[in-house]
Amino acid sequence: MSAVALPAPVVARRRATAEPAIVRGLLIGAALCFLGLFLVVPLAAVFTEAFRKGAHVYLAALTEPDALSAIALTVLVAAVAVPANVIFGVAAAWAIAKFEFKGKSVLITLIDLPFAVSPVVSGLIYVLLFGLQGWFGPWLHAHNIKILFAVPGIVLATIFVTFPFVVRELIPLMQAQGTEEEEAARVLGASGWQMFWRVTLPNIKWGLLYGVILCNARAMGEFGAVSVVSGHVRGATNTMPLYVEILYNEYHFAAAFAVASLLASLALVTLLVKSLIEWRARREEAQAKISFEHGQVI
Amino acid sequence: MSAAAAWRWRRPSVLPGFGLAFGYTVLYLSLIVLIPLSATFFKTFTLTWAAFWDTVTAPRVVASLRLTFGASLIAATVNSLFGLLVAWVLVRYRFAGRRIIDALVDLPFALPTAVAGIALTAVYAQNGWIGRLLEPAGVKVAFAPLGVIVALTFIGLPFVVRTVQPVLEDLEPELEEAAATLGADRWQTFQRVIFPAVWPALLTGFTLSVARAVGEYGSVIFIAGNVPMVSEITPLLIITKLEQYDYAGATAIAVVMLVISFALLLLINLLQWWARRRLARV
Repeated sequence: MSAVALPAPVVARRRATAEPAIVRGLLIGAALCFLGLFLVVPLAAVFTEAFRKGAHVYLAALTEPDALSAIALTVLVAAVAVPANVIFGVAAAWAIAKFEFKGKSVLITLIDLPFAVSPVVSGLIYVLLFGLQGWFGPWLHAHNIKILFAVPGIVLATIFVTFPFVVRELIPLMQAQGTEEEEAARVLGASGWQMFWRVTLPNIKWGLLYGVILCNARAMGEFGAVSVVSGHVRGATNTMPLYVEILYNEYHFAAAFAVASLLASLALVTLLVKSLIEWRARREEAQAKISFEHGQVI
Repeated sequence: MSAAAAWRWRRPSVLPGFGLAFGYTVLYLSLIVLIPLSATFFKTFTLTWAAFWDTVTAPRVVASLRLTFGASLIAATVNSLFGLLVAWVLVRYRFAGRRIIDALVDLPFALPTAVAGIALTAVYAQNGWIGRLLEPAGVKVAFAPLGVIVALTFIGLPFVVRTVQPVLEDLEPELEEAAATLGADRWQTFQRVIFPAVWPALLTGFTLSVARAVGEYGSVIFIAGNVPMVSEITPLLIITKLEQYDYAGATAIAVVMLVISFALLLLINLLQWWARRRLARV
């Protein structure tokens, strides 16, 4: 039997599990159109509107005393709310991820609650607690302590809306890491805190940073909840998002978009850092896989 | 060993700090979340049932609920279709700028809602970049109910993409190869192999998107125009009642929203549990 020469493929045939090039192009085009329309165009609009009247108007809007006090308050609120939720996040994730106990899933669901609550309702609950008609309102008023329509109320509402961010990042990470390393540290004589600082914290640092930047972005950008509890006192209880609203409603569009452009830049930096952390995590995972396979060969 | 001794609330562990960590978690959770949330329900109990019912069935409240839920469902449907498309394109195809676009998908999570609101209004207003193109066609987006849908679509955009993406990434190529070997074309493979694997995630993303959209306030109020009975969303109505010092009325509406949110949260948990079980069986 003579060998039958197989005809060489004339055209490069596409794989059976790939779409024709034209379908692929159409799908990519449609996806890009959708994202362009809903993400890129509004983002570009923020910066275009901010600079519409020139750079000096932009700078003047940002150096206005009211703008500076709004920026300062936003930073202050985040500086309190984020560390508070970091401490809680680490404690809760330690208890939930490293120990087995009954009722764990109920606890996780309760921690998730603030994600499900409308921002406006998140603000309302503090009005019901600390307002003059609220539970603690009359007592606070008698002792001349201001929580509502003042900085403490804004901080509390911000802590509420950013409550689950850090802990939700840490639980799956710490669960995946297991308890062996901490147990080894204990067996080798480390105290509880030594174990935490030398073993646990280095292991979770990237996940923690991830949670912190997401928590911070939301803390600085929160609008609905803060709007309910702030009372909108100019120069005193206006955070940046609230200040944007006031400027916008007073038809100071260029100034409103100038302040908004700062918040949009913060969002872009957040996305950048987030992508870098994800990229790093993927690389480490790939390296761990390679060294594992290498080890198996040896 | 007796049954009582065998039952333990917590499995013993050599690791330290459970008492401190658990105690702090419960304390902080109670102070920040549970006690304030319960205040809403206690406040509602000061209303009689009739007064509560009259408040939440007032025509203006019903109209706002209809708009809020209608717009949220439409926005989540749009997001499901395009979210699946975006996730597919990001996972399956390689093209210039893919990683930037992948990162940009999370923009609605990171961008403050008030900024999103004024930006969308600027773009879709009659003299805006897109509004100008739509005006001759008689389509009014900003200051109309359609604006609410646009804002809610923006807010919910990442949910479907981010729930579907990992499922598509983990999908084994062997399944599709087997389908091709058995003579299926790409569309048949998508319908019979890929879609059944993806759709629990799609449904979860849809529900997450609805849950987020129902409570959304910041991005909507700028673009909606806020005309009572036409383009007024329920969260805005709560604020309006608060500004009129009608605390009981605001709370009554808030309780309706809370109950709906908790129902959605429960549904999401059930969906994820069901999806995991389905995956385990396959």
